[in-house]
Amino acid sequence: MAEISTPPTQHRLSRAGLAALLALGAIAVACVVLPLGAAGTPEAPALPIAVWVDVAMNWIVRDASLFGIAFSDLTRALATAAQWPIEVMQKVLAEGWVSGAGFNKRQVLPPASWLGVTLAASLLAWRLAGLRLGLFAAMSGIYLATFGLWTSAMMTLSSVLFCVLASLSLGLVLGIRAHRSPGIEPAVRAVMNIMQTVPTFSYLLPTLLLFGYGPSAALFATVAYAMPPMVHATVIALQSVPSDTLDLARMTGCSRRQTLWKVELPVAMPRLAIGLNQVVMMTLNMVIIASMIGAGGLGYDVLRALRRLDFGAAFEAGMAIVVLAVLLDRLTQALARQQSAGNGRGRAQRTWVVGLALILVPSVLSLFVPALALWPEAWTLSVAAPLNDAVSYINQQFYDPLEAIRTTVLLYVMNPIRDALQLLPWPLVIAATALGGWRLGGGRTAATVVVLGLFIVVTGYWSAAMGSLYLTLLSVILALAIGFPFGIWVAGRTRLQAGVQLFLDTLQTLPTLVYLLPAVMLFRNGDFSALIAILSYAVAPAVRYGIDGMLHVPSERIEAAAMSGCSRWQTFRHVRLPGALPTLLLGVNQTVMMALSMLVIAALVGTRELGQNVFTALSQGMAGPGIVAGLCVAALALIIDTILKAAAARATQSEGNSHV
Amino acid sequence: MSEANAFHSRHRAAETAISVSSVWKVFGEGAARFRSRPPAERTAEALSRDHLTGAVQDASFDIGRGEVFVIMGLSGSGKSTLLRCLTRLIEPTEGHITFGGQDILKLGEKALADLRRRRMGMVFQHFALLPNRTVLGNIAFPLEMQGIDRARAEARARELVALVGLSGRETRLPTQLSGGQQQRVGIARSLATNPEFWFLDEPFSALDPLIRTDLQDEVLRLQREQSRTAVFVTHDLDEAIRLADRIAIMENGRIIQIGTPEELVTRPATDYVRRFVAKVPPARVIRVASLMRRESIASAAMSVPAEATVSEVAAQIVASAGPIAVTDKAGRTLGSLDRQTALETLAAL
Repeated sequence: MAEISTPPTQHRLSRAGLAALLALGAIAVACVVLPLGAAGTPEAPALPIAVWVDVAMNWIVRDASLFGIAFSDLTRALATAAQWPIEVMQKVLAEGWVSGAGFNKRQVLPPASWLGVTLAASLLAWRLAGLRLGLFAAMSGIYLATFGLWTSAMMTLSSVLFCVLASLSLGLVLGIRAHRSPGIEPAVRAVMNIMQTVPTFSYLLPTLLLFGYGPSAALFATVAYAMPPMVHATVIALQSVPSDTLDLARMTGCSRRQTLWKVELPVAMPRLAIGLNQVVMMTLNMVIIASMIGAGGLGYDVLRALRRLDFGAAFEAGMAIVVLAVLLDRLTQALARQQSAGNGRGRAQRTWVVGLALILVPSVLSLFVPALALWPEAWTLSVAAPLNDAVSYINQQFYDPLEAIRTTVLLYVMNPIRDALQLLPWPLVIAATALGGWRLGGGRTAATVVVLGLFIVVTGYWSAAMGSLYLTLLSVILALAIGFPFGIWVAGRTRLQAGVQLFLDTLQTLPTLVYLLPAVMLFRNGDFSALIAILSYAVAPAVRYGIDGMLHVPSERIEAAAMSGCSRWQTFRHVRLPGALPTLLLGVNQTVMMALSMLVIAALVGTRELGQNVFTALSQGMAGPGIVAGLCVAALALIIDTILKAAAARATQSEGNSHV
Repeated sequence: MSEANAFHSRHRAAETAISVSSVWKVFGEGAARFRSRPPAERTAEALSRDHLTGAVQDASFDIGRGEVFVIMGLSGSGKSTLLRCLTRLIEPTEGHITFGGQDILKLGEKALADLRRRRMGMVFQHFALLPNRTVLGNIAFPLEMQGIDRARAEARARELVALVGLSGRETRLPTQLSGGQQQRVGIARSLATNPEFWFLDEPFSALDPLIRTDLQDEVLRLQREQSRTAVFVTHDLDEAIRLADRIAIMENGRIIQIGTPEELVTRPATDYVRRFVAKVPPARVIRVASLMRRESIASAAMSVPAEATVSEVAAQIVASAGPIAVTDKAGRTLGSLDRQTALETLAAL
């Protein structure tokens, strides 16, 4: 059948393709012949969109009013209202109650004792996930306390707790709304998709303007960033409630409220818990980033240490972020698992009582024994000095090879690629990309590419976008070149899989900032460090999808190949690889998205691209450029996403299956 | 089995419990204007021309009190839609449905909820157990939703646990039960409010054949202990024959024949029904009464009950040497059974 139907289609396509190629050629000629001003790389925006955004933001901040109350007053009031619970949480966990200021400062009540919190966390971890996580929690607590990171960690934790509670409740409410009125749902999803591709920093800008500088502004940004997945998870979870179960609710005459609370939410709980896990991890990531703009906490510690080139201290604070991330991730995952296994009750009440006692007793004792309130500074451990020595030793001993690698890659690989991309006339790039999109996904895909591409051109960020593209492409290619073969290799080795999966899980829970540390330690600032950081962040999904793709090739097909006498290589080449292709393409997509989300963080080490524009705008408090540059990153992400999804859909179509 | 099939003779003449007349369920754009269609425009062709799907087309039947009424058809025939129309889980496009003389399509939201709460019970194909509740909690769920206090609800739930043979597993969670046990919980829950009307939507099609037979026996036993008006949907002809007093066969949204298992096998209305029942051995459904001659014999070697199917009394027929008397429940002789005819029925495939 396929044999018969292929020739005419191919004929038609190649004819249309020829026409498109001719058009492309014409554009290329036009670019060369016409003066560069018309077709070259516009440095100044054709449309002052950034200015418009600025004006709009200023209007909202200064002049807009709702029922006679200035909008900014409203938002500031909201910020003040949110301030209170945050402060209470920070007092309980990190600072304690203090009266007076300056020299008269006197602690009225100490914060919750580190020993108590550690014990309670260990008990919770043990109950939820078993002895191993319990021990891990205990060691984490001891690490944080003895290395003098406790207060910072608790600042971070209290921000996380507040944001998670806010995201969770808002996300649930919105998700239930969206689920109940199916008309809203696609709109919500579209907005969420864009929100998830906009770099994290872009969230900070408008919130800073609206809510004023202060910890609560950063937290509002965090909630805005972390809530979308909860809305999405809620909608998905509620949609997953079987129709039989909903019929049961109606047959037993449940009211709307009974249906929601007694039937829908309990049945949806496992998926909701997965949403919770996502929210927690995204919140932590964002809180770390937000703490860089003055909210305090572990992220600030890392950044401060990096600025002093104190890699040892940065490493210690970075490890604190790691243990916190791993602990929060495993705890929420265990919760989700327990929910889907259906048992979550029983001794829960007693655990709560014991946990509370565990916090309270050392905290009360700490009134008399100060060492229980906060680990005494004199006893604080640190590996910063030896670590710094080690780093400088490595840098001295291996300066030549390291520098040689860096310079070679920069001079002969990275810079040429960047220059080439930036020199290419934009009409040519957009037309070629659109052509590719059209071949893969048809007119709609091509139109999406053109519109988003033109947006970047019009806003004047084309050159910067090419800078982002080159960093992204290079790191993605490297990530795939490392990740896919490794994943495919692991997929054949059952015994390795569990370990690798655990490692990947851990890698993916780490906040983006952590990835910068090793790169900067070895290669200082610059594009090369950015490349290494992005690469190490984006390699995890490549490995994961490599494994998944191989594992989801139906075993019957492999048996069929074996029965046809295929050699190992033949089986791989003709059966496994084609079968895994749709999954692998989605893996490419995921890798690109991870790389793009890392861009803005990588800007911290001084890259020259969109991420840097966002970052600079943020540090200068310029909303317009920051938001528009952020939207350009999103546009870039959406272009790549559209094309790769089309490719994956195509591969799936011809392949006839994919597990996604 | 004789007990089950006995309902048919007993209940056919009994009062009507559920009456369904000219019920339609039409899906698609413009389904709302279906009511104004003239009868000539209500054929399958006319519907598909206007991109409408007639999931249930002009269904009419009465179900007697205590009868087990099976709706049978292949997937996509509209059987589940019809069942859901009866409970108004799906709103019929047109028609009348009365329960004990009360038109339920005219009921308001509240009255309908009340009817479902107190007088209906339903068993679902995929069990629809609540994963966060124990066996006891699941069974007590409908009672709790009615506002019955916990202690009383649990006491009643315990009775039902015993009734469906799950004693000792009260505190298990659904995930800790096998499929068959889960559906036992589903059955117990559907009976928690002691409903008059019992709806079973392909309740056993997700279960293994052996477990399925066990649960069919369970349904027969429960019906023996307290007969309810039951509407049972299945795609399994064997199941239908075992359980039904009468079977309605559906094809493409239409009911093409309603009858006792015996009637379907001996007098199929269409080719479709004939092909459907072709594999059923006639002796399994034909009753002694149908083969009986109304003449008494002087010296019968043995007697068989009139209500039994031929295969149920096969052993006696084969063993007997002489004429066989046919008796009613009270033991009175109604007529005689010709051994030759009976053997031919047994041998027929």
